[in-house]
Amino acid sequence: MSEVKMIATRQSYGNALAEYGAEYENLVVLDADLAGATQTGIFKKAFPERHIDCGIAECNMAGIAAGLATTGKIPFMSSFAMFAAGRAFEQVRNSIGYPHLNVKIGATHAGISVGEDGASHQCCEDVALMRTIPGMTVIVPSDDVEAKAAVKAAIEMEGPCYLRFGRLAVPVINDNDDYSFEIGKGIVLREGKEVALIASGLEVAETLSAAEKLAKDGIDAKVVNIHTIKPLDEELVIASAKETGKVVTIEEHSVIGGLGSAVCDVLSEKLPTKVLKIGVNDTFGESGPAKELIKKYGLDADSIYEKVKAFLS
Amino acid sequence: MDNLELKKTANEVRKGIVTAVHSAKSGHPGGSLSAADIYTYLYFKEMNIDPKDPRKPDRDRFVLSKGHTAPGYYSTLANRGFFPVEDLTTLRHTGSYLQGHPNMNEIPGVDMSSGSLGQGISAAVGMALSAKLSNESYRVYTLLGDGEIQEGQVWEAAMFAGHRQLDNLVVIVDNNGLQIDGNIADVCSPYPIDKKFEAFNFNVINISGHDFEQIEAAFTQARQTKGKPTAIIAKTVKGKGVSYMENNAGWHGKAPNDEEYAIAMKDLEKAGEELCQK
Repeated sequence: MSEVKMIATRQSYGNALAEYGAEYENLVVLDADLAGATQTGIFKKAFPERHIDCGIAECNMAGIAAGLATTGKIPFMSSFAMFAAGRAFEQVRNSIGYPHLNVKIGATHAGISVGEDGASHQCCEDVALMRTIPGMTVIVPSDDVEAKAAVKAAIEMEGPCYLRFGRLAVPVINDNDDYSFEIGKGIVLREGKEVALIASGLEVAETLSAAEKLAKDGIDAKVVNIHTIKPLDEELVIASAKETGKVVTIEEHSVIGGLGSAVCDVLSEKLPTKVLKIGVNDTFGESGPAKELIKKYGLDADSIYEKVKAFLS
Repeated sequence: MDNLELKKTANEVRKGIVTAVHSAKSGHPGGSLSAADIYTYLYFKEMNIDPKDPRKPDRDRFVLSKGHTAPGYYSTLANRGFFPVEDLTTLRHTGSYLQGHPNMNEIPGVDMSSGSLGQGISAAVGMALSAKLSNESYRVYTLLGDGEIQEGQVWEAAMFAGHRQLDNLVVIVDNNGLQIDGNIADVCSPYPIDKKFEAFNFNVINISGHDFEQIEAAFTQARQTKGKPTAIIAKTVKGKGVSYMENNAGWHGKAPNDEEYAIAMKDLEKAGEELCQK
């Protein structure tokens, strides 16, 4: 078995910014005293004059990003998801979302895989918050390849975009030659007729492993990677539900308001289907190694496998 | 434009404020009237702007951080020729581009949407920073309320602007002394305002916000100041120009009825006539 490359998507974020910084001269990166953690430090090293440290003041950072965008810059404001989407929510809503400014929000350390820092820093509500803002694009990349592609797509699109990255190193799963990223276009990673497993972020790799286990039991699961939560690939979601009749959503986010809710919003209206939402069950996280927490909160491949089996029986 | 002309123009701006708010049956006349002279100076003398080309790239920028005093902003823009003065009577009406708080995508001349207090100054700082990053010479102005500076974000922005030595930024505080719940000194005092901005490495100028000589001197000094942003603390009278609104917190966010509107317009007509006799 070949060795699987592991890389955290926050690292991919920093690498991508540094790579595209040369091509896009208007690209400006803002951080709030977390450049080492969000990995924008990589960009800072390459383009120090275009890296703006705002200090520990995320609300002001959001406003500065908005002001920069009005003058034609492409600002990436970076912080932990908790502070970018949570603390600065109203600034993102009113100073960026309402005027539909071309600000990109690079939110790292999302979900419980933050690990040891514990519940105060484990944001499982950011996708829910961001997707309620009209005109906000919300992307949750699943690995290094996708994270990098998402950054490029965010630079090239016009308008506000929220990008969700993780702290934990995750396997590279999209390194196939025919991989292509398009905002709002989901990717079928595995065909199957009995159940559609729709996942995002680091849960895509866990879901693929779960599907392999299900296959050994003779259960034929379709696996869909929904990297763009908004605008959602409604066509693919509906087609997957139609094909299998049963849908499971898997995300490292609260079961309230995230991918699962977005999928249910579409299906309840267009094709009522039984849906199992796997995610963080309306609870706060806790301190611990990320891998252990993913298992404890039922988000690892084995847990997904068990839950899908129960759902199908 | 000389000071007499500025005074006459400000009086017309005030008429537009009262007319717009009366028509809307809601809105914020008090803080619009207190800032009318500053708005007028900015748009008729200070700023490099062109009503025929509202988005010209090298224009000076203005962000109304105290977005609720949109009637003052709109009346100034209309009188300056960005859109018809007659449109002021559509303020806050369903379908009107003159929203209750400024919308940059709808209104010619508006550089930033605002309304949620404490946020406009950050956007202005972002614009000033952008000019520095690209070696552009435009200047950025932002108008804040003295109640608004109770918002913590204002001081985050001030800290950043001082740290970055954004000498192309001018922060104006409309110090009319009143907020919704009463006197700012009683609600949660932001005083001393000048000392606070000084502590954040601003060049600070205290003036009367109704004296065009002092206003001109302050903005001139701001232009000449290098290495520091400027904060102009403008002492003003809330409701200035309308007898029964002056220094009355009750007129922060209330529209005059027909009778009150008539009195207000009479006050302003009289002031206009007196200016014409000078």
